Amino acid sequence: MEAKRKGPVIFSEIKPYAGLKQALELGESGVLKLVQDSNLKGRGGAGFPTGLKWKLAAESADKEKFVVCNADEGEPGTFKDRVLLTEYPVLVFEGMVIAGFAIGAEKGFLYLRGEYKSFILSIEKELERMRKDGALGKDILGKKGFNFDIEIRIGAGAYICGEETALIESMEGQRGEPRNRPPFPVDTGYYRHPTTVNNVETFAIITHLAAKGVSWFKSIGTEKSVGSKLLSISGDCKKSGVYEVPFGITIKQIIKMSGAENTKAVQVGGASGVCVSKKEFNRSISYEDLSTGGSIIIFNEERNLLDAVKNFLTFFEEESCGQCTPCREGIPVLIEAVDLLRKGECTQEYLKDLFSLGETMQLASKCGLGQSCPNAFLSVLNNFKKEYSLSKANKKEKKFNG
Amino acid sequence: MDKMKPFAKDTSRAPVSQRKQTFDDSIPQDRKAMVKAVIDDKTIEVPRGTTILEAAKLVNIKIPTLCQHDDLCLAGVCRVCIVEVEGQRTLQASCSYPIYSQVNVKTYSPRVRRARRNIIQLLLRNHYGECYSCARNNNCELQSLAKEYKVMEYKFGHIEASRYKKDLSSYSVEKDMDKCILCRRCVRTCIDLQEVGVLEAAHRGSNTKIETYMDKPLEEVVCINCGQCINRCPTGALKSKDPSDEVWEAIDDSSKHVIIQTAPSPRAAMGEEFGLPPGTSVTKKMNTALKRLGFDKVFDTNFTADLTIMEEGTELLLRLKKALVDKDKNIVLPQITSCSPGWVKYIEHFYPEKLGHLSTCKSPQQMFGAVAKTWYAERNNIDPKDIISVSLMPCSAKKFECERPEINDSGFKDVDYALTTRELAGMIKECGIDLPNLSDSDFDDPLGIGSGAGLVFGATGGVMEAAIRTAYEIVTGEEVPFKNLKVIPVRGVEGIRTAEIPIKKTVKQWNFLEGATLKVMVGHGTANAKKIMDMLCRGELNGYHFIEIMACPGGCLGGGGQPIPTNPEIRAARARAIYAEDEGLPFRKSHENPIVKQIYKDFLKDGPCGHLSHKLLHTSYTLRGKWIGKKRAVKTNNK
Repeated sequence: MEAKRKGPVIFSEIKPYAGLKQALELGESGVLKLVQDSNLKGRGGAGFPTGLKWKLAAESADKEKFVVCNADEGEPGTFKDRVLLTEYPVLVFEGMVIAGFAIGAEKGFLYLRGEYKSFILSIEKELERMRKDGALGKDILGKKGFNFDIEIRIGAGAYICGEETALIESMEGQRGEPRNRPPFPVDTGYYRHPTTVNNVETFAIITHLAAKGVSWFKSIGTEKSVGSKLLSISGDCKKSGVYEVPFGITIKQIIKMSGAENTKAVQVGGASGVCVSKKEFNRSISYEDLSTGGSIIIFNEERNLLDAVKNFLTFFEEESCGQCTPCREGIPVLIEAVDLLRKGECTQEYLKDLFSLGETMQLASKCGLGQSCPNAFLSVLNNFKKEYSLSKANKKEKKFNG
Repeated sequence: MDKMKPFAKDTSRAPVSQRKQTFDDSIPQDRKAMVKAVIDDKTIEVPRGTTILEAAKLVNIKIPTLCQHDDLCLAGVCRVCIVEVEGQRTLQASCSYPIYSQVNVKTYSPRVRRARRNIIQLLLRNHYGECYSCARNNNCELQSLAKEYKVMEYKFGHIEASRYKKDLSSYSVEKDMDKCILCRRCVRTCIDLQEVGVLEAAHRGSNTKIETYMDKPLEEVVCINCGQCINRCPTGALKSKDPSDEVWEAIDDSSKHVIIQTAPSPRAAMGEEFGLPPGTSVTKKMNTALKRLGFDKVFDTNFTADLTIMEEGTELLLRLKKALVDKDKNIVLPQITSCSPGWVKYIEHFYPEKLGHLSTCKSPQQMFGAVAKTWYAERNNIDPKDIISVSLMPCSAKKFECERPEINDSGFKDVDYALTTRELAGMIKECGIDLPNLSDSDFDDPLGIGSGAGLVFGATGGVMEAAIRTAYEIVTGEEVPFKNLKVIPVRGVEGIRTAEIPIKKTVKQWNFLEGATLKVMVGHGTANAKKIMDMLCRGELNGYHFIEIMACPGGCLGGGGQPIPTNPEIRAARARAIYAEDEGLPFRKSHENPIVKQIYKDFLKDGPCGHLSHKLLHTSYTLRGKWIGKKRAVKTNNK
């Protein structure tokens, strides 16, 4: 593994299987303690503490448990996982083996997004090499009784299958629709067995963490957001690509780093994220401020943000599973609203209704997709009032006719 | 709650996302432990795993619901029942939130109220059609919600033109997707409660639509017409095919002699359509109403239910004799009932190779039709071509049964129109007849006498009970050894029940059965039928002699043509009404029915399963299989 890229955690130097060897030495409880002590949070976007997730899965008495690597990278503007899967696959798989060791699973799945089918050959080759090296299969790296192997499962191109319970439904051969929670997958997951679903990036970090320890890891990032984040930067900038940055980096720094000029807005977190305006460019990427799965889309002054919002919403309209009312029926209303706003026909009163609807979608939808799909819409309406004008029809104040 | 749901979960093909989440058995936690729930400041202790909705009901807090139904697995998709749970960032669907540890719930916080109103607005946005031209007007859950939450305008717009073509292809079920609000109750009914699996959500996002396989018309797929989806649809998206206009036309035509037979179940449920509590029997008031509507004669299907017992019981005894005495290896046992047209179509589709087990007897409805256009016509000098034979049934599949090509042995269509309880109630209302306050009247002669045994056909286990009352007496010469003739082992709500009846001594003709034990099984709901058939295919039912299967949960009284809503309590009340009425009837055993005796004396002179009865009262079946598309079915020759 040659590190062509440079970064504080994932792209830092590491010897093959250093993480795995160290993990096997630490023992199951040692790994669990390590991950919990590190305050590592899930890198898929939701930021659930990985240590807690593993602990819950490890505590279950079920004999069959599963580790799933969520490689259904579907968020518009995200392309960090493909870098990891093509350039650092062993780092990811090692992390999965460590997870299997910690929670007591013997089987791992790589749930690969349908559009990444072309990676299968190279991934299979890497897996085969790991099997030859004894890092997969029976008695891994000489550890008696620890067996683990990884199987690839291909999605069919549905964005919703990046949601962990929908992903599990899809793996079981069902229509990809989120389940009711609780119970969570760590308790009732793949075929009702405890299952821990983690992001590609999380697994890659685990390998480094196991090899290099908690204090090294905690020295990177901020107090509440430990470590680094991979960002997929795209849009109106000169140097788009995948960057590894420590948490706490500000939007301003990102703009500078990517060589963007004349920036009007930055969409943080992809289609389901928020649109940040100039006056907020001092905000930072971290779980306590702007949380993201990694997508950064930069818009310059020439862009019409309503167009961008409509583009995002149209994407969601197609990708919603159609199960719950707020998401399925709410998105078309927002799309119609964008058209009204563009024509300047939206009244102040209706705007209020739209904000209320946005809140309902965020609060009452069944899964993360529905809960986050109005984010871009609401943040553009809130932060970029100059982008649209309201209809004057309702502006006349009522006079009191005593 | 769970004990009221006798229906199979483990064989279900429903996705886990649509099933009730249960504790993983491997988690060593005490599942019977009690947890505290504080709901709107009311405190209650409930067993771990109880949902917030169930807990709220216990403290008399009403949370509105839509996709939730007492008979069905959970979905949590409509989001109408959302509540605020302390510690949770988002609102939670109370129907699918199991209480694992102490919760603090608010059911009407400002966020909840706003969200609920918005969600109802969103549901209405895509609900096309006007309430006053809908079969479910005034009995629609969406309409009630709109009223409860004071919808005065369509805030987020409203669809203005029809988008989908109605599917009118089926003889029984009409599907109008313009009115569908995608609560998926029908999907869960079909896939989980009934395990037929005709309806499924197709496409994604705002294009989601409930479809059959490849969106084929209902007549071309494996729909069994049970109509359970109709009973659970909250709106008018699914309805039964209503022939009441044709029936009116026949009544208004003075050259036609219009007779109606009434099945045992509608009389125990019709009252619900007129605001009476479930379980109010309105038999005699209904007779008065039917006469006022203009039917020339009002008859009782219980009479042909008794006839069915004579024929089916004899068929069973003959099969037993051929198998045990003549050692005929071609005899197929156990024999399975054929009264339920939904079940008949189910076995034709899913287990066609097992059709030999099915009794060749027509259902009571069709026996009645055949007798009416032959014996009755002859006795009363009426040209059978002038008779319009109408039936009142609790069932949507009966409409399909009327149209089966093999069923016209009288020389005419045995039964012309099958009306459901709901449709006939509509006709009564249309005439301004106040059913609850009518005087009583009896059925007409001669086809108006039915025994209590015929009446209990309406409940699951009823056919078996009636058959046991008669067969036991024919074989042993004695009454069944149950107090007050109540064959308790076959009654109940469990999905599959078995009973063994030892035959100690016999009359001479049946002495080969002496010392034998009659083994019977009862199943209701096709999910349970599937279990029974799988057992049969595995050879686990070899010792059994007779099996009763009804397609609908609860038997006919829970049929797809019965008043809406339905739930376990309502069905239990209807069953109580039927069993109570049975005990008050002068004849309680089919073979004691005087008209049954008379018809075998005067008309079907060679007795049950004789030549004429074979022609008129028995039928054949169709090997349908799961071929989807235009009919490619093959008829069997097992008549």
